[in-house]
Amino acid sequence: MSGPSTYEPKSGFTRWLDKRLPIIRLGYDSFVAYPTPRNLNYWWTFGAMLSMCLVVQIVTGVVLAMHYVPHIDMAFASVQRLERDVPYGWLIQNIHAVGASMFFLAVYIHMFRGLYYGSYKAPRELLWILGCVIYVLMVATGFLGYTLPWGQMSFWGATVITNLLGALPIVGESIKNWLSGGFSIDQPTINRFFSLHYLLPFVIAGVVALHVWALHEAGQGNPTGVDVRKASDIPAGEPGDTVPFTPHATMKDLFAAVLFVILFATFVFFMPDALGHADNFIPANPLQTPPEIVPEWYLLPFYAILRAIDFNIGPIDSKLGGVLAMFAAIGVLFVLPWLDTSRIRSMRYRPIARQFFLIFVVVCVILGWCGGQNPGKILVPATFSATLEWVEGGTVTQSPVRAEGEAQWAQAAADAQASQSGAAMTAVTRTSATEGTLRAINGGAVQTRTVTGGTVDELEAAVTEAKAAVGQAAPFFNVTRNTPFTFTVTTLSQIATFYYFFFFLVLLPLLGLRETPGRVPDTIAKPVTKQAQGAA
Amino acid sequence: MADAKTIEAHGDDSTRRDFIFIAAGSVAAVGVGATVWPFIDQMNPAADTRALSTTEVDLSAVELGQQIKVMWQGKPVFVRHRTGEEISAAQRDDFANLKDPQSDADRLLQEDGQPGRPEWMILQASCTHLGCVPTFVDGSQYGGWFCPCHGSDYDTSGRIRRGPAPRNLDVAPYLFTGPTAIRIG
Amino acid sequence: MLRALTLAAALTVASVGAAFAAGDAEHPHDHAFSFDSPVGSYDMGAVQRGYQVYQQVCSTCHAMDHLAYRHLGERNGPFALYMVRNHETGEVEPHVGAPAHGGSFVDVTENQYVRAIAAGVTINAVDPNTGQLTDRPGRISDRFRRPFPNEIAARASNGGAYPVDLSVITSARHGGADYIYALLTGYTGQSRGTLYENPYFPGHYIAMPPPLTEGAVAYSDGSPTTVEQYAADVTHFLQWAADPHMEQRKRTGIVVLAFLLVLAGLMYLSYKHVWRNESH
Repeated sequence: MSGPSTYEPKSGFTRWLDKRLPIIRLGYDSFVAYPTPRNLNYWWTFGAMLSMCLVVQIVTGVVLAMHYVPHIDMAFASVQRLERDVPYGWLIQNIHAVGASMFFLAVYIHMFRGLYYGSYKAPRELLWILGCVIYVLMVATGFLGYTLPWGQMSFWGATVITNLLGALPIVGESIKNWLSGGFSIDQPTINRFFSLHYLLPFVIAGVVALHVWALHEAGQGNPTGVDVRKASDIPAGEPGDTVPFTPHATMKDLFAAVLFVILFATFVFFMPDALGHADNFIPANPLQTPPEIVPEWYLLPFYAILRAIDFNIGPIDSKLGGVLAMFAAIGVLFVLPWLDTSRIRSMRYRPIARQFFLIFVVVCVILGWCGGQNPGKILVPATFSATLEWVEGGTVTQSPVRAEGEAQWAQAAADAQASQSGAAMTAVTRTSATEGTLRAINGGAVQTRTVTGGTVDELEAAVTEAKAAVGQAAPFFNVTRNTPFTFTVTTLSQIATFYYFFFFLVLLPLLGLRETPGRVPDTIAKPVTKQAQGAA
Repeated sequence: MADAKTIEAHGDDSTRRDFIFIAAGSVAAVGVGATVWPFIDQMNPAADTRALSTTEVDLSAVELGQQIKVMWQGKPVFVRHRTGEEISAAQRDDFANLKDPQSDADRLLQEDGQPGRPEWMILQASCTHLGCVPTFVDGSQYGGWFCPCHGSDYDTSGRIRRGPAPRNLDVAPYLFTGPTAIRIG
Repeated sequence: MLRALTLAAALTVASVGAAFAAGDAEHPHDHAFSFDSPVGSYDMGAVQRGYQVYQQVCSTCHAMDHLAYRHLGERNGPFALYMVRNHETGEVEPHVGAPAHGGSFVDVTENQYVRAIAAGVTINAVDPNTGQLTDRPGRISDRFRRPFPNEIAARASNGGAYPVDLSVITSARHGGADYIYALLTGYTGQSRGTLYENPYFPGHYIAMPPPLTEGAVAYSDGSPTTVEQYAADVTHFLQWAADPHMEQRKRTGIVVLAFLLVLAGLMYLSYKHVWRNESH
């Protein structure tokens, strides 16, 4: 802890206890006397809310486990019974389900706050990494828990995610089967997922203890990023840089927590299923995949990154590429303290980095949006066009085309068409792998018409319509279709994914070396005093 | 923020502060209390369990001198079709030296206080000593039930006559819903 | 030329895919239900009639595995029974549905209406004396009678289509109650073999024949016996079935939010008081 303990046991019992198990001293030093920078803003209250979320999830989860049956034939029904028949079961189940979303909402705000104010920089690198470990454990716990109600999304989500691991070369298949305990998601899977889903929150609690320990060793950061001064360095008559944790931070955290609970309760009581998916009210059916599989909202950005890689990169096929990109998106957070080269902690004093950070936040939101959309959806209107070519008048001749083998067909067709160099128009219709018919028109007038459409469907409709309009005037048509570049959800995901990695791997390392920072105050008290004077 | 000293100087400030703290603390305490209740209540028997708290029994299949065991609330219940001998033995012993004195007629009363029928004895099948299920065997000196665990001996009315059990076998709450049908619970 | 052909082939494949997407269901219109708003509640009369429609029409094919007859008579059920003192005669009379004020709730095990509903259904169960499967009158603790013993039997009797379980159907479909109502009233009258055209169904053709016809269910309370009324009532019932605790949930929610706003105010004052002498 920072500084020597100031705890003084008052009663006989506390003196007796302090010599044997100084637990009150530990609590006092950590959560009462612990010096807190006086300039913390509301973004710093999310740590307390996250502790609350963890407790809520564990308490409600333990209760749910009293009623839940981890069996493929009974899991869905046991959740229904819990909601219908167990006293207050509906309430506790709603709190647990909404609580997962609230937990992730708070953790994302907490992480963005850390990013903006440089909370990952020395001496808080380990504190940040422990936070990343907690986040990964949360994702794992959330995924395991989502499987348990055994609805369609549970089942197919589990299938898709375990198949991700199957993308790994050589060992993938074995790992997948090891994880699911069979060749598909089945009874062994639900049993072990239940067990692990119960276990992991306690592991999270353990890592949270380390996280808090590391926090209290390094001391809290603050919006200026300037280190707080030791009490001995404060000139006489000036207030210190810190205030005691209790009641100052405690009261502020409690107030913010109540506001957070208001949001929480709004979901629990008025739209408990708004954050879930309708398909999870259909019992799992291994024979039928739902029309669209989407993860819970808090995993959508990573899902978008997974789907953005729809091309092979050298020896890495698109499936493995997507999986690697998705894991890299989380992995890059772990090395962030060494990627950012800036000596300034807070982006308050980094005018350029701050702009890029804001874009980064927007990009993350865009990724989340993309993750929930159909990847082929066209975002920017495009014009598909086709040119119809036909001949009016003229005489049609037909001749067979034969190729030596299937591989030679293309050449044979081209040769046959070239042989009719005098014809107004030629076309080859393939009738089998190696055979076809060459039709050629000699004489007559070549006509063309161009039709357009906003989608492939509209274009095809326009082509059919044009053909009908021309009708018998032409023996046959040549249609040249022009496919424009289409800006789809996948394109947007690719741009956003690029920026995501560009921000961490290029911008942060380079900016730290090139950027001219703004003026950083010498102490956290400086802006504080100024503010106070302005207010007075 | 104005100068701290001037605020401190206000005499009633500490009273106001205390009031706010006490109010906030009390309201928060009420909230915590109200939140705790659902978490306790959820362990009570659920609606589906409570709905199974009655059992319908068709008596027509139980022959004279036979008994069946039916499940009620997850526990066994004896439904015994007593013979004339058993009935007269039970009535004769109404004035015997009983550990837990009770007349046979009292033990036949239905749930709603109406008298029962002497040939139908409806008893909870757990020994009042430590909960084993007594058997209706010749081992009983009183012609009734005998508990194999610790040797408690009950007569044909289910009254304790000998052994460590403190009380008579409990009568299950039952009601005749037809000439040959009863509902337990 | 060849490129054009290959492209055309590729586009054909793409357009087939797009044609499937083009079969997207029509968005259901917003139907006004009493439970829509954050403070809305169920119209228990509609839920009662809806149960009648389910029982007489839907239940011949659709199961509701997660509901038991007793659910109909629990506090939040459409047939909840209360004993209410009649102000004029002074007599205590039974009253179905929560009375405006007063009245004591009658436990569902004593609810004659629900017992009669259950007893009117024939349940296939194990005979305790013979161990054989036999038919017996339903009890309140029985789950709603299944029309088919299993999915295979259900498909066999319905031309390969599976009539889905309706226990949580309004939660399990995008659009919820509005979708169910739109589907039930959205038949165009056209059919293709054993498939019936319905623009609200994904793919536009549904295996379920139009289930509701005018006058098919006789109402005793004088409500109109139209397809629209049946559809609205049975949707109301299905919404209740999927979310039986909705009224209690919303009521509790309003109290909780009011409480939290007060608490937030007190917490804010406390916070300001703690920090009143500290610059920050």
